[in-house]
Amino acid sequence: MVKVTVKFFAVGRDITGSDELMLELPEGTTAGEVLIQVKQRYPAFEKVAALLVAVNLDYADTATVLYDGDELAVIPPVSGG
Amino acid sequence: MKIFIPTPLRQYAGGHESVAVEAATVGGALDQLVAAYPAMKKNLYNETDELRSFINIYKGDEDIRYLQNLATPLAENDELTIVPSIAGGAGTANMTGSVAEAAEVSLSNDEVRRYSRHLIMPEFGMEGQKKLKQASVLMIGAGGLGSPLGMYLAAAGIGKIGIVDYDVVDESNLQRQLLHRTADIGKPKSASAKATINSLNPNVEVETYNVPLTSDNALQILSGYDVIADGTDNFPTRYLVNDACVMLRKPNVYGSIFRFEGQVSVFYADSENKYGIKGACYRCLYPEPPPPGLVPSCAEGGVLGVLPGIIGTMQAIETIKLIAGIGEPLINRLLLFDALKMKFRELKLRKNPHCAVCSEHPSVTTLIDYEAFCGMPAHDHIADAALTSSQTQIQTQPSTPMSMQPTNQANGEITVQQLKSRMDAGEDLFIIDVREPNEYQIVKLGGTTLIPLNTVPDNLSKIPKDREVIVHCKMGGRSAKAIEFLKSQGYTNLKNLTGGINAYATEIDKTMPTY
Repeated sequence: MVKVTVKFFAVGRDITGSDELMLELPEGTTAGEVLIQVKQRYPAFEKVAALLVAVNLDYADTATVLYDGDELAVIPPVSGG
Repeated sequence: MKIFIPTPLRQYAGGHESVAVEAATVGGALDQLVAAYPAMKKNLYNETDELRSFINIYKGDEDIRYLQNLATPLAENDELTIVPSIAGGAGTANMTGSVAEAAEVSLSNDEVRRYSRHLIMPEFGMEGQKKLKQASVLMIGAGGLGSPLGMYLAAAGIGKIGIVDYDVVDESNLQRQLLHRTADIGKPKSASAKATINSLNPNVEVETYNVPLTSDNALQILSGYDVIADGTDNFPTRYLVNDACVMLRKPNVYGSIFRFEGQVSVFYADSENKYGIKGACYRCLYPEPPPPGLVPSCAEGGVLGVLPGIIGTMQAIETIKLIAGIGEPLINRLLLFDALKMKFRELKLRKNPHCAVCSEHPSVTTLIDYEAFCGMPAHDHIADAALTSSQTQIQTQPSTPMSMQPTNQANGEITVQQLKSRMDAGEDLFIIDVREPNEYQIVKLGGTTLIPLNTVPDNLSKIPKDREVIVHCKMGGRSAKAIEFLKSQGYTNLKNLTGGINAYATEIDKTMPTY
């Protein structure tokens, strides 16, 4: 198993009510699979078509494999000015 | 070894793209170049024979400033590249002025005194200041972000500032939009911003565009400026500005805010930009907009007043760096700021090779209908019927009827006048207020029951089925959703207070505040 921290920002914090989530995942889990889990837990995320994901502060795509201690940031767009 | 000559300087080097030299150091190589092409000298060196600050020399992919400068040793196969900075002319279509022109503008004695704290920094100096004077920056939006941005750019001595904003100053803007003063309420923001900028620094030329930025006028307006700074308040305009910048090959200094959090980046997709970095654009990050109503604007979600002060100021710094050609721009980096945690995080970005606008084979090559693309209007004004509550939409399960769009049913409405006369008649009314507790603290109607919209499903026991239930919120949008939901739960005698508590405050009891 690998331990991964999922960080939430902006409207994602409203959806989850917190700014991070610790997950224990099987080896080889990808960022996309974590997103699916997050959406199952918080269905409102389904609506957020545009989500930027970063693993350990580096731009990532859904195929990125997560390792123990990784941090997955889920960043929805914001528009205020 | 070879020295690569950039397009604008080739005219001084016999038209050559590269020149072969043999030397042991960078300084020696440049000496040989100047010996062969004397016209290069005034473009490379200043009056005191120092390398001009807007000239960057790279050995391979490293700036010699971070090596040993002119003393940097060279080996047989090393390659040197001369890279002049933006306002100095990088040889791309969008950049105004040439290297020679950059050296030609002069500062008056007044300007020298005014900008002396810039001039005495060796990294900035006269060269940097002249580049600011020669440069033009277009601000999209003269609001929260545009305020510090416009004021700092003006104070710094940018030659020309364009302001696109068609909004008027509202009292609720003054908590964060420092370009505007109490006396400016009701005036066009572009005019108010121009007055503030002129009073800060009369040397700055200000051009105002008191019109919405649209696909019809964007290319024309943006094309007159060196750098575009996006401080707008809505998604359609953000995509429009991004796409227009990509098409015009201009840098887009991006800032955006949400309650206590902000984002800053520099989107510079032009592959020939002077940094030699293929920059990501906004669409590389977010190929599609979020669905309408999901991400609240400042008007809907609120914003800490100081937050745009931080983010807009960082946009001003990035703009000045791009123009002066100093430092490392935020290209391919997204800076996230969290005011509550007082934390900055930086994400590395990458250009999306399949990006719809900035990839090699873009599918979007002309400006489109951005309001249709985003499914929302290109402003953040809250319209009564269009109001969508962020809290509700996101905390409600998508399968429940509450996420449905409200429908306007005249027979299910009650006006504030009707409500008032029934209250005055002493009728025993059951009124629920579906706003959030913090809104209830701002202002409330007497004798109401507070049940925030997202808690309605858990509080059905508090809402009687056998009598009339009047539902209200701030403006009527959330109460309409609550009524939709209650109907699905078998309630039949429901009335929505038209225009919400704001209408009551404006039309019935003017001592009540609106927010």
